[in-house]
Amino acid sequence: MGHAAPVAEGLKDCREAWVATLEALAEADPRIVAVVNDSVGSSKLNGFQKKFPDRLVNVGIAEQVMVGVGAGLANGGRIPFVSAASCFITGRALEQVKADVAYANFNVKLVGQSSGIAYGELGATHHSIEDFAWLRPLTNLTVIVPADAWETAEAVKWAAAHEGPVYLRLSRMPVPDLEVAGRVFRPGKAEVVRQGGDVTIIANGTVVHLAAAAADLLAGEGIAARVLNMATLNPLDEEAVAAAAATGAIVTAEEAHVRGGLGGAVAEYVTAHDPVPVERLGFPGFLPTGSVDWLFAEYGLSAEGIAAAARRALARKRG
Amino acid sequence: MLPALQTNDTIQAIRDRALWMRRTAFGMVHKAQLGHPGGDFSAIDIIATLYVGVLRFDPARPDWADRDRFVMSKGHATGALYTALCGAGYFPEGWLETYMQPRSMLNGHPNRNYLPGVETNTGPLGHGFPVAVGIAIAGQLAGADWRSFVLTGDGEQQEGSNWEAAMVAGHRKLGRLTLIIDRNRLQQGAGTEETSGLDPLDAKYRAFGWEVVEVDGHDPEALLAVLGATPGDRPRCVIANTVKGKGVSFMENQAKWHHGVPNDEQFAQAMRELV
Repeated sequence: MGHAAPVAEGLKDCREAWVATLEALAEADPRIVAVVNDSVGSSKLNGFQKKFPDRLVNVGIAEQVMVGVGAGLANGGRIPFVSAASCFITGRALEQVKADVAYANFNVKLVGQSSGIAYGELGATHHSIEDFAWLRPLTNLTVIVPADAWETAEAVKWAAAHEGPVYLRLSRMPVPDLEVAGRVFRPGKAEVVRQGGDVTIIANGTVVHLAAAAADLLAGEGIAARVLNMATLNPLDEEAVAAAAATGAIVTAEEAHVRGGLGGAVAEYVTAHDPVPVERLGFPGFLPTGSVDWLFAEYGLSAEGIAAAARRALARKRG
Repeated sequence: MLPALQTNDTIQAIRDRALWMRRTAFGMVHKAQLGHPGGDFSAIDIIATLYVGVLRFDPARPDWADRDRFVMSKGHATGALYTALCGAGYFPEGWLETYMQPRSMLNGHPNRNYLPGVETNTGPLGHGFPVAVGIAIAGQLAGADWRSFVLTGDGEQQEGSNWEAAMVAGHRKLGRLTLIIDRNRLQQGAGTEETSGLDPLDAKYRAFGWEVVEVDGHDPEALLAVLGATPGDRPRCVIANTVKGKGVSFMENQAKWHHGVPNDEQFAQAMRELV
């Protein structure tokens, strides 16, 4: 935190896409407001604050009232984007997210910043790897995990136009643009990043890029791996999961706890409909301190790690 | 039967409405054998005053943007809220008979998506006040003339989220926000002051930048004067001194009536007293 990580050539900080899109939307729609918990800087909202000083509500270090205020602003006809570190906006205010936003079905957009293990060195209190499991069962709440700057911008635009509660899970880690021809953002629908019929790798967020690289490695071995970008975690694209099961073996990979997230969602569907081996990659629990890169490598979230999981899944494939 | 509002005397109209609310709410609790009558009865005079004499609303348009908002933070006291909304014309009296029945719109705790007039979902304590602060900020941003009111229990003040909300409202000078604390001095299990003491509540709110007024929470005249008063430049905290179970001899000041339910004999006695 506080360090401005240099963004390597070809990589983008999705937070730039988030604020640029939000500012453009706010220019056109006076209903849009931002709510933060002393997180103007870390949410990259300094520019928004300059342009719309009255429309940035900073409640201070108080996450419960931050989310409650978001619900109240929605009651008063506004479209609030409530932004804070994802570990706090979900964990610290979880009951407010459940009762005041999801259950009340208010038009509130929750934006979790620096999600996953972006705050790697700060330790498990600041890792947000449980949020998928916490939020996935919440009725009404659309959960979107963009994989790159383009998808972040599209998700912000969609969220602003959508009438209902949304959780956008953003990272602070620079990522490349995902190369997919003719992209159209379709909430609730998986995006095919690589075609293939031997095994399907389902990923979201920062991990999609690694999944694509894993498919490239596997292609060199004659294994055709399909890669899906499952940007919408809730509601899950069950049709895409059913098609993945038809390839006979699945790998899930996510920057989240291995229980209760994308892998859990896929496994729930598959066990109920078409049991096939599912190898789940993610984090097993409270993590040691360490850099993002080190933690990813340590827990197999790498092109080679995902490829290895695909080989394991293939070895378990029936017939 | 809901008494028709044909008197020119607002105070008498509030009394009539409150009496009907008590009788009706207790009937709902008796029938469902579920509910929170102690807290219903401590809050009913306050809520009757709001809906009869203070709030600006149109039951035909629950989403009317310029309505005054009332947030019932002590969401367990649904007997008080539902009878108030019904009395205000949001839904027909027949709906009250479904209280807590399967798939009823009259949940054990209020849900805005089921029931017109409910501003936000409450139930877990310490939620309504932060939402009301957000509502008041929306009004302030818009320069609107509508007001927001929120009622919390006094035991509910033990939830930390209230103090986050108090700080934000004081800092932002939300003059059109009124917090009413139902100060009956009892929570579910015991007295508030034996459990985790709240006094001096007035000094605490003043220190947070609020205007504070104490009032007899069962006196419609005093309530009307305080709740109907012109908003100032600071948020207003109304500490309403009340009696849990007010109006029924065997319920008054009894913690066990927080969620006690009447048998047939107790119900009949309450109906004899509530006249």
